[in-house]
Amino acid sequence: MSGKNILTVDRLLMRFGGIVAVNDLSFDAERGKITALIGPNGAGKTTVFNCITGFYKPTSGAMRVMHDDGRDIQLERLNDFRISKLAKVARTFQNIRLFPGMTALENLMVAQHNALMRASGLTFLGLIGAPSWRSAEKRAIDLARLWLDRIGLLDRADDAAGNLPYGDQRRLEIARAMCTEPALLCLDEPAAGLNARESASLSELLLSIRAEQGTSILLIEHDMSVVMEISDHVVVMDYGVKIAEGTPDHIRDDPKVIAAYLGVEDNEVAAVEQELGL
Amino acid sequence: MTAPVPKPTLASRAPDVAFIFKKALISALVALVLFSLMIGIRTEAGPAGQLIYLTRFGDLAAIVAAVFGGSIIVELLRRWWGPVGTIRIVPPSVQSTLAVLRRAIAPVLLIFTLLVPVIFYDQRYILDLGILVLTYVMLGWGLNVVVGLAGLLDLGYVAFYAVGAYSYALLATNFGLSFWVCLPLAGILAAFWGVLLGFPVLRLRGDYLAIVTLAFGEIIRLVIINWQSLTGGPNGVSGIPRPSFFGIPLTPGDDGLAAKLGIEFSPTHRIVFLFYLILALALLTNWVTIRLRRLPIGRAWEALREDEVACRALGINTTTTKLTAFATGAMFGGFAGAFFATRQGFISPESFTFQESALVLAIVVLGGMGSQLGVALAALTMIGGFELFRGLEQYRMLVFGLAMVLLMIWRPRGLIGHRAPTVFLKHSQAISSDLVKEGHG
Repeated sequence: MSGKNILTVDRLLMRFGGIVAVNDLSFDAERGKITALIGPNGAGKTTVFNCITGFYKPTSGAMRVMHDDGRDIQLERLNDFRISKLAKVARTFQNIRLFPGMTALENLMVAQHNALMRASGLTFLGLIGAPSWRSAEKRAIDLARLWLDRIGLLDRADDAAGNLPYGDQRRLEIARAMCTEPALLCLDEPAAGLNARESASLSELLLSIRAEQGTSILLIEHDMSVVMEISDHVVVMDYGVKIAEGTPDHIRDDPKVIAAYLGVEDNEVAAVEQELGL
Repeated sequence: MTAPVPKPTLASRAPDVAFIFKKALISALVALVLFSLMIGIRTEAGPAGQLIYLTRFGDLAAIVAAVFGGSIIVELLRRWWGPVGTIRIVPPSVQSTLAVLRRAIAPVLLIFTLLVPVIFYDQRYILDLGILVLTYVMLGWGLNVVVGLAGLLDLGYVAFYAVGAYSYALLATNFGLSFWVCLPLAGILAAFWGVLLGFPVLRLRGDYLAIVTLAFGEIIRLVIINWQSLTGGPNGVSGIPRPSFFGIPLTPGDDGLAAKLGIEFSPTHRIVFLFYLILALALLTNWVTIRLRRLPIGRAWEALREDEVACRALGINTTTTKLTAFATGAMFGGFAGAFFATRQGFISPESFTFQESALVLAIVVLGGMGSQLGVALAALTMIGGFELFRGLEQYRMLVFGLAMVLLMIWRPRGLIGHRAPTVFLKHSQAISSDLVKEGHG
């Protein structure tokens, strides 16, 4: 075992022209825990996600993923698809990005691309239908079936993903990310647009992923009922900087967090600004 | 029962009349603007060679009136008919029969194609047309990998066809290599050029990709025209060897195939041989494509068409995935090119103009992107149908254009608009074309 943190973000800075979206952000995500990243709209949460998952190249700062087997990977040195392939960091998107014209099962098969590519001997073994490829494909279908069962979509496996109800699409996207067998799962607002019942079943799914797969989860979420219920650790951002960090109970009572979310009375502005060092 | 009968129909029809008139008036106005110069005024050379013009306002008025009246009739018909849908026109019982027939199309078509040389043995014209159609079926299937599956718009596909044709022509005439040695070489060379083109254009998307591939197609053609010492320039390459039956030539001599089989020589043998050769090549393309779709690489192509960002998040190397699609499509184009060269015996840059790319792309789009059967049907319609209208002479293009417009109204996503899943748990159900993306490069 190598340390208790799976992800260490160190002094991350992301600048778009003159705008500093993320300013000197440092935080850790513990192995096998659920870490939530919260903050008001425009706080820079999704930018942090895009840096971690390689869609943006950060202006400066370091992000490290430390695997169970002792591998220590610098994320800022890898580009887009290698982060999923080598660093085993999977993600979902704020606005669902499934393959709508492919079935739910096919979506989960695409997620196993790299493993299947190796099994198919870079296509050539697959083309001649080698037995090793056939058994690998069977295993891949079994893994997909397992995940479809866990998200309750086994009956709709052969339906187009674009035809599924919104809540099912959210869960399917998480299942698809899990089919890449990640060490760290990054979820960008998984509860957005879900009703209370669907949110509850989402919380259940995430807790079961943590318990059974041992996957560490990094989560951006606005739905506080989900955040407070499942997270082990919460990082609060506002205007690109970290304003608080701690357990959900601790965060709930933090005056800075309340100020960031709800604002403060006019006569308290000066006091709060002084406290924040603005 | 004594209550007065409400007349909502009359009330709702009143604004309809105004709407119909307005629509007819707009149509008539458009017709007036369009035809005022085309029909209203006619220019001619006068007796002293000067330009004179005469007006034909009567004809113009008649046309505008016809458009006005026609627009009203069409609109009334539409209202009377109600929303036009397949369900309305075709009763469900007939539809289920049609569904059975639809499943039978592919095997029936294949068996018929296999029998064509037997049935039409004496009709050279039909055999030649069959070879032409099959060549385009193969090209369509090849381009389908790039456009239909991977969603990369390629307007320069003819370049790979040209590379294949010139590879065979030059290797055969300069080094005396046989067709069966050159065929894989032509495919490999075309695939190599596909990768070469792929590298710089991969970062481009949609329209930009289309423009660059268009330019690539033209560059290849211009290089062929101008590199006189190698390709013979506009004069082309002639005397390309005919294919042999695995080493046995199809000639009247003693060592020809006919003599060896002990049958009388006939020039039709070669045509029949070419027919089965292109059929085999096309079926190989089809088989490989169907196979590839069920392999991870094929699924990655389709996923790329659906959402490239999601692909990257899943650890798929989009660069190599696009390159393999380009190379695979180009390879089949190269095979078809080598066949084209051996069939014609003579090739020149004129055979590889942009028009060919456009025609193959039209076949893929018309067939329904990604559908193998659709592409075959579209090739048959486009090439065979075009020949069918030969009797109409100068109206051929007009009828053809009209047929295309009607087809695109009837089937905006191509003949076969739905997508068949590559893997299923319980039962495979076709995915409606509304959900399937077209890809943006």
